[in-house]
Amino acid sequence: MTTARAAATLLVKELRLEFRTRELLNTTIVFALVVVVLFSFAFDPTAVESRRYGPGLLWIAFLFAGSLMLHPSFAREQSNQTLDALRMAPMSPFSILLGKMLANLIFLSLSELILVPVFAVLYNVSLAGVVGRLALVLVLGTTGIVIAGTVFSAIASHARMRELLLPLLLLPILAPLLIAAVEATASLFAEQPGLDSTWLAFLAGFDIVFLTASWLLSDFLLEE
Amino acid sequence: MKTRIPITVLIAALMFFAGYAALFIAPDESTMHQIQRVFYFHLSSWMAMFSALSLAFLANVAWLVTRNPKWDWLGVASVEVGVVSCTAGLITGVLWGRPAWGIWWTWDARLTTAFILWLLYISYLLLRGLIEEPQRRASLSAVFGIFAFLDAPLVYFSNRLWRTQHPSPVILGGQNSGLDPTMGKVLLVCMVAVMGVMILVLIDRYRLERLRHELDELRLAADARAANPNSAVTKGAL
Repeated sequence: MTTARAAATLLVKELRLEFRTRELLNTTIVFALVVVVLFSFAFDPTAVESRRYGPGLLWIAFLFAGSLMLHPSFAREQSNQTLDALRMAPMSPFSILLGKMLANLIFLSLSELILVPVFAVLYNVSLAGVVGRLALVLVLGTTGIVIAGTVFSAIASHARMRELLLPLLLLPILAPLLIAAVEATASLFAEQPGLDSTWLAFLAGFDIVFLTASWLLSDFLLEE
Repeated sequence: MKTRIPITVLIAALMFFAGYAALFIAPDESTMHQIQRVFYFHLSSWMAMFSALSLAFLANVAWLVTRNPKWDWLGVASVEVGVVSCTAGLITGVLWGRPAWGIWWTWDARLTTAFILWLLYISYLLLRGLIEEPQRRASLSAVFGIFAFLDAPLVYFSNRLWRTQHPSPVILGGQNSGLDPTMGKVLLVCMVAVMGVMILVLIDRYRLERLRHELDELRLAADARAANPNSAVTKGAL
Protein backbone atom coordinates (compact mmCIF):
# COMPACT_ATOMS: atom_id res chain seq x y z
CA MET A 1 0.00 0.00 0.00
CA THR A 2 1.19 3.51 -0.68
CA THR A 3 1.70 5.83 2.29
CA ALA A 4 -1.30 7.99 1.32
CA ARG A 5 -3.68 5.03 0.94
CA ALA A 6 -2.53 3.39 4.14
CA ALA A 7 -2.87 6.67 6.04
CA ALA A 8 -6.35 7.16 4.59
CA THR A 9 -7.38 3.65 5.69
CA LEU A 10 -6.14 4.34 9.20
CA LEU A 11 -7.85 7.74 9.20
CA VAL A 12 -11.20 6.09 8.36
CA LYS A 13 -10.67 3.61 11.20
CA GLU A 14 -9.87 6.40 13.68
CA LEU A 15 -12.89 8.43 12.60
CA ARG A 16 -15.21 5.43 12.81
CA LEU A 17 -13.91 4.60 16.27
CA GLU A 18 -14.39 8.15 17.48
CA PHE A 19 -17.80 8.83 15.99
CA ARG A 20 -19.22 5.65 17.51
CA THR A 21 -18.85 7.17 20.97
CA ARG A 22 -17.67 10.76 20.43
CA GLU A 23 -16.12 10.58 23.90
CA LEU A 24 -12.87 12.26 22.87
CA LEU A 25 -14.60 15.17 21.15
CA ASN A 26 -17.14 15.71 23.92
CA THR A 27 -14.59 15.76 26.72
CA THR A 28 -12.16 17.95 24.76
CA ILE A 29 -14.80 20.55 23.92
CA VAL A 30 -16.12 20.72 27.48
CA PHE A 31 -12.59 20.92 28.87
CA ALA A 32 -11.62 23.78 26.54
CA LEU A 33 -14.87 25.55 27.45
CA VAL A 34 -14.03 25.26 31.15
CA VAL A 35 -10.59 26.80 30.49
CA VAL A 36 -12.16 29.69 28.53
CA VAL A 37 -14.72 30.35 31.28
CA LEU A 38 -12.10 30.19 34.04
CA PHE A 39 -9.99 32.80 32.25
CA SER A 40 -12.84 35.29 32.58
CA PHE A 41 -12.16 35.29 36.34
CA ALA A 42 -8.45 35.89 35.82
CA PHE A 43 -8.98 39.26 34.10
CA ASP A 44 -11.81 41.68 33.40
CA PRO A 45 -13.28 40.56 30.07
CA THR A 46 -14.06 43.98 28.54
CA ALA A 47 -13.60 44.48 24.79
CA VAL A 48 -10.24 46.27 25.25
CA GLU A 49 -8.83 43.73 27.68
CA SER A 50 -10.08 40.82 25.58
CA ARG A 51 -8.28 42.16 22.54
CA ARG A 52 -5.09 42.17 24.57
CA TYR A 53 -5.40 38.81 26.34
CA GLY A 54 -7.89 36.99 24.11
CA PRO A 55 -5.46 35.49 21.58
CA GLY A 56 -3.24 34.09 24.31
CA LEU A 57 -6.21 32.71 26.18
CA LEU A 58 -7.58 31.04 23.10
CA TRP A 59 -4.29 29.34 22.20
CA ILE A 60 -3.56 28.27 25.77
CA ALA A 61 -6.98 26.62 25.77
CA PHE A 62 -6.19 24.84 22.46
CA LEU A 63 -2.76 23.77 23.69
CA PHE A 64 -4.12 22.33 26.92
CA ALA A 65 -7.02 20.69 25.13
CA GLY A 66 -4.62 19.25 22.54
CA SER A 67 -2.20 17.91 25.13
CA LEU A 68 -5.04 16.05 26.84
CA MET A 69 -6.82 14.95 23.68
CA LEU A 70 -3.71 13.57 21.97
CA HIS A 71 -2.83 11.24 24.80
CA PRO A 72 -5.35 8.45 23.94
CA SER A 73 -4.19 8.50 20.31
CA PHE A 74 -1.52 5.88 21.01
CA ALA A 75 -2.41 4.96 24.59
CA ARG A 76 -5.62 3.25 23.51
CA GLU A 77 -3.67 1.07 21.09
CA GLN A 78 -1.82 -0.33 24.10
CA SER A 79 -4.65 -1.95 26.03
CA ASN A 80 -5.34 -4.73 23.50
CA GLN A 81 -1.92 -4.71 21.85
CA THR A 82 -3.53 -3.29 18.71
CA LEU A 83 -0.39 -1.30 17.99
CA ASP A 84 1.39 -4.61 17.28
CA ALA A 85 -1.35 -5.44 14.80
CA LEU A 86 -0.91 -2.06 13.13
CA ARG A 87 2.83 -2.63 12.93
CA MET A 88 2.29 -5.99 11.27
CA ALA A 89 -0.05 -4.51 8.69
CA PRO A 90 1.54 -3.86 5.28
CA MET A 91 2.02 -0.15 5.90
CA SER A 92 5.01 2.03 6.71
CA PRO A 93 5.38 3.40 10.25
CA PHE A 94 5.05 6.91 8.85
CA SER A 95 1.64 6.12 7.38
CA ILE A 96 0.44 4.99 10.83
CA LEU A 97 1.69 8.28 12.22
CA LEU A 98 0.20 10.27 9.34
CA GLY A 99 -3.21 8.62 9.66
CA LYS A 100 -3.32 9.43 13.36
CA MET A 101 -2.12 12.99 12.76
CA LEU A 102 -4.91 13.58 10.23
CA ALA A 103 -7.52 12.13 12.58
CA ASN A 104 -6.26 14.29 15.46
CA LEU A 105 -6.21 17.32 13.18
CA ILE A 106 -9.88 16.74 12.40
CA PHE A 107 -10.78 16.25 16.08
CA LEU A 108 -8.94 19.32 17.32
CA SER A 109 -10.23 21.46 14.42
CA LEU A 110 -13.80 20.41 15.17
CA SER A 111 -13.33 21.41 18.82
CA GLU A 112 -11.95 24.79 17.70
CA LEU A 113 -14.86 25.25 15.31
CA ILE A 114 -17.20 25.14 18.30
CA LEU A 115 -14.94 26.97 20.72
CA VAL A 116 -14.04 30.03 18.62
CA PRO A 117 -17.63 31.35 18.19
CA VAL A 118 -18.32 30.75 21.89
CA PHE A 119 -15.15 32.64 22.75
CA ALA A 120 -16.14 35.53 20.44
CA VAL A 121 -19.53 35.84 22.13
CA LEU A 122 -18.24 35.56 25.70
CA TYR A 123 -15.34 37.98 25.24
CA ASN A 124 -16.92 40.54 22.88
CA VAL A 125 -14.46 39.92 20.06
CA SER A 126 -15.74 40.68 16.58
CA LEU A 127 -14.78 38.01 14.08
CA ALA A 128 -16.69 39.49 11.11
CA GLY A 129 -14.30 40.16 8.25
CA VAL A 130 -11.43 38.05 9.57
CA VAL A 131 -13.00 34.57 9.49
CA GLY A 132 -11.04 33.37 6.45
CA ARG A 133 -7.70 34.64 7.71
CA LEU A 134 -8.39 33.36 11.22
CA ALA A 135 -9.14 29.94 9.76
CA LEU A 136 -5.75 29.96 8.05
CA VAL A 137 -3.95 30.76 11.32
CA LEU A 138 -5.99 28.12 13.16
CA VAL A 139 -5.21 25.43 10.58
CA LEU A 140 -1.47 26.14 10.56
CA GLY A 141 -1.28 26.36 14.36
CA THR A 142 -3.41 23.28 14.95
CA THR A 143 -1.35 21.29 12.43
CA GLY A 144 1.78 22.09 14.46
CA ILE A 145 0.15 21.05 17.75
CA VAL A 146 -1.07 17.81 16.19
CA ILE A 147 2.22 16.85 14.49
CA ALA A 148 4.31 17.24 17.64
CA GLY A 149 1.49 15.91 19.84
CA THR A 150 0.97 12.70 17.89
CA VAL A 151 4.71 11.93 17.90
CA PHE A 152 4.97 12.57 21.63
CA SER A 153 1.81 10.59 22.27
CA ALA A 154 3.62 7.61 20.73
CA ILE A 155 6.65 8.29 22.97
CA ALA A 156 4.63 8.81 26.16
CA SER A 157 2.45 5.74 25.59
CA HIS A 158 5.39 3.50 26.54
CA ALA A 159 6.15 5.32 29.79
CA ARG A 160 4.69 5.18 33.24
CA MET A 161 2.68 8.26 34.30
CA ARG A 162 1.98 8.86 30.62
CA GLU A 163 -1.04 11.13 31.21
CA LEU A 164 1.20 13.58 33.03
CA LEU A 165 4.22 13.03 30.85
CA LEU A 166 2.66 14.05 27.53
CA PRO A 167 1.88 17.69 28.51
CA LEU A 168 5.35 17.87 30.07
CA LEU A 169 7.03 16.84 26.81
CA LEU A 170 4.67 18.68 24.50
CA LEU A 171 4.00 22.09 26.02
CA PRO A 172 7.59 23.43 26.21
CA ILE A 173 8.36 22.29 22.68
CA LEU A 174 5.30 24.15 21.41
CA ALA A 175 6.51 27.47 22.91
CA PRO A 176 7.59 28.92 19.53
CA LEU A 177 4.31 27.81 17.96
CA LEU A 178 2.37 29.47 20.78
CA ILE A 179 4.19 32.79 20.27
CA ALA A 180 3.64 32.74 16.50
CA ALA A 181 -0.01 31.67 16.70
CA VAL A 182 -0.84 34.21 19.42
CA GLU A 183 0.86 37.06 17.54
CA ALA A 184 -0.86 36.15 14.27
CA THR A 185 -4.24 35.93 16.03
CA ALA A 186 -3.61 39.22 17.85
CA SER A 187 -2.96 40.97 14.55
CA LEU A 188 -6.44 39.81 13.46
CA PHE A 189 -8.16 40.89 16.70
CA ALA A 190 -6.67 44.40 16.52
CA GLU A 191 -8.89 47.39 15.78
CA GLN A 192 -7.54 47.52 12.25
CA PRO A 193 -7.17 43.81 11.54
CA GLY A 194 -4.30 42.89 9.27
CA LEU A 195 -2.62 39.51 9.07
CA ASP A 196 1.06 39.50 9.98
CA SER A 197 2.59 37.33 7.26
CA THR A 198 5.89 36.84 9.16
CA TRP A 199 4.14 34.81 11.82
CA LEU A 200 2.13 32.90 9.24
CA ALA A 201 5.38 31.92 7.53
CA PHE A 202 6.86 30.97 10.88
CA LEU A 203 3.91 28.69 11.63
CA ALA A 204 4.23 27.04 8.22
CA GLY A 205 7.98 26.61 8.83
CA PHE A 206 7.35 25.00 12.22
CA ASP A 207 4.91 22.54 10.65
CA ILE A 208 7.35 21.64 7.87
CA VAL A 209 10.32 21.13 10.24
CA PHE A 210 8.34 18.92 12.62
CA LEU A 211 6.62 16.93 9.88
CA THR A 212 9.95 16.24 8.17
CA ALA A 213 11.55 15.20 11.46
CA SER A 214 8.66 12.86 12.28
CA TRP A 215 8.87 11.35 8.80
CA LEU A 216 12.60 10.70 9.25
CA LEU A 217 12.20 9.35 12.79
CA SER A 218 8.95 7.39 12.37
CA ASP A 219 10.76 4.03 11.98
CA PHE A 220 12.42 4.43 15.38
CA LEU A 221 9.29 5.78 17.03
CA LEU A 222 7.16 2.74 16.26
CA GLU A 223 9.76 -0.03 16.38
CA GLU A 224 9.19 -3.09 18.51
CA MET B 1 42.67 5.14 35.60
CA LYS B 2 46.12 6.22 36.79
CA THR B 3 45.98 9.50 34.92
CA ARG B 4 42.59 10.40 36.36
CA ILE B 5 43.74 11.73 39.72
CA PRO B 6 46.44 14.06 38.36
CA ILE B 7 44.04 15.35 35.69
CA THR B 8 41.33 15.98 38.29
CA VAL B 9 43.81 17.83 40.51
CA LEU B 10 45.02 19.83 37.52
CA ILE B 11 41.49 20.89 36.55
CA ALA B 12 40.63 21.73 40.16
CA ALA B 13 43.72 23.94 40.35
CA LEU B 14 42.82 25.55 37.03
CA MET B 15 39.30 26.22 38.31
CA PHE B 16 40.68 27.92 41.44
CA PHE B 17 43.00 30.00 39.32
CA ALA B 18 40.13 30.91 36.97
CA GLY B 19 38.07 32.11 39.95
CA TYR B 20 41.01 34.16 41.21
CA ALA B 21 41.68 35.59 37.74
CA ALA B 22 38.05 36.58 37.20
CA LEU B 23 37.87 38.30 40.60
CA PHE B 24 41.29 39.94 40.92
CA ILE B 25 43.30 39.86 37.69
CA ALA B 26 40.70 40.98 35.15
CA PRO B 27 40.50 44.80 34.89
CA ASP B 28 37.47 46.71 36.15
CA GLU B 29 34.74 47.13 33.55
CA SER B 30 33.99 50.80 32.78
CA THR B 31 30.18 50.81 33.16
CA MET B 32 29.21 47.74 35.16
CA HIS B 33 32.27 47.47 37.47
CA GLN B 34 32.44 44.47 39.80
CA ILE B 35 29.25 42.77 38.69
CA GLN B 36 30.68 42.27 35.21
CA ARG B 37 33.07 39.68 36.66
CA VAL B 38 30.31 37.08 36.74
CA PHE B 39 30.38 37.20 32.94
CA TYR B 40 33.57 35.09 32.75
CA PHE B 41 31.71 32.15 34.22
CA HIS B 42 28.38 33.05 32.63
CA LEU B 43 29.72 32.80 29.09
CA SER B 44 31.79 29.71 29.95
CA SER B 45 28.67 27.94 31.29
CA TRP B 46 26.83 28.63 28.04
CA MET B 47 29.77 27.33 26.05
CA ALA B 48 29.71 24.16 28.14
CA MET B 49 25.94 23.81 27.74
CA PHE B 50 26.09 24.33 24.01
CA SER B 51 28.88 21.76 23.59
CA ALA B 52 27.18 19.22 25.86
CA LEU B 53 23.79 19.49 24.17
CA SER B 54 25.30 19.36 20.68
CA LEU B 55 27.17 16.23 21.77
CA ALA B 56 23.88 14.82 23.09
CA PHE B 57 22.23 15.47 19.73
CA LEU B 58 25.05 13.70 17.87
CA ALA B 59 24.89 10.80 20.36
CA ASN B 60 21.11 10.52 19.87
CA VAL B 61 21.46 10.35 16.09
CA ALA B 62 24.36 7.91 16.40
CA TRP B 63 22.33 5.62 18.68
CA LEU B 64 19.46 5.47 16.20
CA VAL B 65 21.83 4.70 13.33
CA THR B 66 24.26 2.27 14.96
CA ARG B 67 22.36 0.80 17.97
CA ASN B 68 25.58 0.75 19.92
CA PRO B 69 24.64 1.25 23.62
CA LYS B 70 27.71 3.45 24.05
CA TRP B 71 25.87 6.24 22.26
CA ASP B 72 22.94 5.95 24.62
CA TRP B 73 25.26 6.28 27.62
CA LEU B 74 26.93 9.28 26.02
CA GLY B 75 23.52 10.79 25.27
CA VAL B 76 22.27 10.70 28.86
CA ALA B 77 25.65 11.74 30.27
CA SER B 78 25.88 14.80 28.06
CA VAL B 79 22.26 15.83 28.65
CA GLU B 80 22.86 15.76 32.40
CA VAL B 81 26.02 17.82 32.05
CA GLY B 82 24.14 20.18 29.71
CA VAL B 83 21.33 20.67 32.22
CA VAL B 84 23.83 21.43 34.99
CA SER B 85 25.70 23.95 32.81
CA CYS B 86 22.38 25.48 31.80
CA THR B 87 21.43 25.86 35.46
CA ALA B 88 24.78 27.54 36.15
CA GLY B 89 24.27 29.87 33.18
CA LEU B 90 20.74 30.79 34.28
CA ILE B 91 21.78 31.47 37.89
CA THR B 92 24.82 33.60 36.97
CA GLY B 93 22.62 35.46 34.46
CA VAL B 94 19.93 36.19 37.05
CA LEU B 95 22.56 37.40 39.53
CA TRP B 96 23.94 39.75 36.91
CA GLY B 97 20.54 40.93 35.68
CA ARG B 98 19.38 42.39 38.97
CA PRO B 99 22.13 45.05 39.34
CA ALA B 100 22.69 45.60 35.60
CA TRP B 101 19.10 45.71 34.33
CA GLY B 102 17.30 46.34 37.62
CA ILE B 103 15.28 43.15 37.16
CA TRP B 104 16.07 39.52 37.92
CA TRP B 105 14.56 38.14 34.78
CA THR B 106 13.26 39.29 31.41
CA TRP B 107 11.62 37.26 28.66
CA ASP B 108 14.29 38.02 26.13
CA ALA B 109 15.15 35.67 23.23
CA ARG B 110 18.32 34.23 24.72
CA LEU B 111 16.93 33.93 28.25
CA THR B 112 13.72 32.34 27.06
CA THR B 113 15.56 29.91 24.78
CA ALA B 114 17.83 28.86 27.63
CA PHE B 115 14.91 28.39 29.97
CA ILE B 116 12.87 26.38 27.44
CA LEU B 117 15.92 24.23 26.68
CA TRP B 118 16.36 23.64 30.41
CA LEU B 119 12.72 22.53 30.70
CA LEU B 120 12.97 20.31 27.60
CA TYR B 121 16.08 18.48 28.76
CA ILE B 122 14.66 18.06 32.27
CA SER B 123 11.70 16.40 30.53
CA TYR B 124 14.16 14.23 28.61
CA LEU B 125 15.64 13.01 31.90
CA LEU B 126 12.16 12.46 33.37
CA LEU B 127 11.16 10.50 30.28
CA ARG B 128 14.16 8.22 30.69
CA GLY B 129 13.21 7.54 34.26
CA LEU B 130 9.70 6.49 33.27
CA ILE B 131 10.47 3.89 30.59
CA GLU B 132 11.52 0.44 31.82
CA GLU B 133 12.88 -1.40 28.80
CA PRO B 134 16.46 -0.26 28.06
CA GLN B 135 16.19 -0.53 24.24
CA ARG B 136 12.92 1.35 24.08
CA ARG B 137 14.12 3.94 26.58
CA ALA B 138 17.17 4.61 24.44
CA SER B 139 15.24 4.92 21.17
CA LEU B 140 12.36 7.03 22.44
CA SER B 141 14.54 9.38 24.43
CA ALA B 142 16.82 9.75 21.40
CA VAL B 143 13.83 10.72 19.25
CA PHE B 144 12.70 13.22 21.88
CA GLY B 145 16.24 14.58 22.20
CA ILE B 146 16.40 15.22 18.47
CA PHE B 147 13.07 17.06 18.54
CA ALA B 148 14.22 19.13 21.53
CA PHE B 149 17.42 20.10 19.74
CA LEU B 150 15.52 21.06 16.57
CA ASP B 151 13.19 23.20 18.67
CA ALA B 152 16.01 25.38 20.07
CA PRO B 153 16.53 27.58 16.96
CA LEU B 154 12.76 27.92 16.54
CA VAL B 155 12.40 29.14 20.14
CA TYR B 156 15.25 31.56 19.59
CA PHE B 157 13.98 33.06 16.36
CA SER B 158 10.38 33.34 17.53
CA ASN B 159 11.49 35.29 20.60
CA ARG B 160 13.93 37.36 18.63
CA LEU B 161 11.17 38.42 16.25
CA TRP B 162 9.01 39.17 19.22
CA ARG B 163 11.05 40.99 21.87
CA THR B 164 14.67 41.11 22.92
CA GLN B 165 16.73 42.89 25.56
CA HIS B 166 19.90 40.84 26.07
CA PRO B 167 23.10 42.77 25.27
CA SER B 168 24.34 41.90 21.80
CA PRO B 169 27.65 40.06 21.65
CA VAL B 170 30.63 42.22 22.60
CA ILE B 171 33.12 39.83 21.05
CA LEU B 172 32.96 39.60 17.24
CA GLY B 173 30.03 42.02 17.34
CA GLY B 174 31.20 44.32 14.54
CA GLN B 175 33.04 47.64 14.74
CA ASN B 176 34.03 49.13 18.12
CA SER B 177 33.51 45.73 19.70
CA GLY B 178 36.14 43.59 21.29
CA LEU B 179 37.51 42.80 24.69
CA ASP B 180 40.37 44.24 26.66
CA PRO B 181 43.35 41.84 26.11
CA THR B 182 43.60 40.93 29.82
CA MET B 183 39.87 40.30 29.92
CA GLY B 184 40.24 38.05 26.90
CA LYS B 185 42.95 36.00 28.61
CA VAL B 186 40.92 35.64 31.82
CA LEU B 187 37.92 34.57 29.76
CA LEU B 188 40.01 31.95 27.99
CA VAL B 189 41.26 30.55 31.33
CA CYS B 190 37.68 30.40 32.65
CA MET B 191 36.44 28.67 29.53
CA VAL B 192 39.19 26.06 29.60
CA ALA B 193 38.55 25.43 33.32
CA VAL B 194 34.77 25.12 32.96
CA MET B 195 35.07 22.91 29.87
CA GLY B 196 37.61 20.77 31.75
CA VAL B 197 35.17 20.27 34.62
CA MET B 198 32.43 19.48 32.13
CA ILE B 199 34.49 16.84 30.33
CA LEU B 200 35.59 15.29 33.62
CA VAL B 201 32.01 14.99 34.90
CA LEU B 202 30.88 13.73 31.50
CA ILE B 203 33.45 10.93 31.52
CA ASP B 204 32.47 9.91 35.04
CA ARG B 205 28.77 9.97 34.25
CA TYR B 206 29.38 7.89 31.13
CA ARG B 207 31.31 5.34 33.16
CA LEU B 208 28.50 5.19 35.72
CA GLU B 209 25.94 4.57 32.99
CA ARG B 210 28.09 1.76 31.54
CA LEU B 211 28.41 0.11 34.95
CA ARG B 212 24.65 0.40 35.44
CA HIS B 213 24.11 -1.29 32.10
CA GLU B 214 26.50 -4.12 33.01
CA LEU B 215 24.77 -4.57 36.37
CA ASP B 216 21.36 -4.76 34.67
CA GLU B 217 22.62 -7.43 32.28
CA LEU B 218 24.11 -9.50 35.11
CA ARG B 219 20.85 -9.23 37.05
CA LEU B 220 18.82 -10.35 34.06
CA ALA B 221 21.13 -13.31 33.47
CA ALA B 222 21.01 -14.26 37.17
CA ASP B 223 17.21 -14.06 37.18
CA ALA B 224 17.02 -16.23 34.09
CA ARG B 225 19.36 -18.79 35.67
CA ALA B 226 17.39 -18.85 38.92
CA ALA B 227 14.18 -19.41 36.99
CA ASN B 228 15.59 -22.09 34.73
CA PRO B 229 18.81 -23.60 36.13
CA ASN B 230 19.31 -26.27 33.45
CA SER B 231 18.91 -24.12 30.38
CA ALA B 232 21.97 -24.19 28.16
CA VAL B 233 21.37 -20.65 26.99
CA THR B 234 21.37 -19.14 30.47
CA LYS B 235 24.39 -21.19 31.47
CA GLY B 236 26.29 -19.64 28.61
CA ALA B 237 25.25 -16.16 29.63
CA LEU B 238 26.92 -16.34 33.01
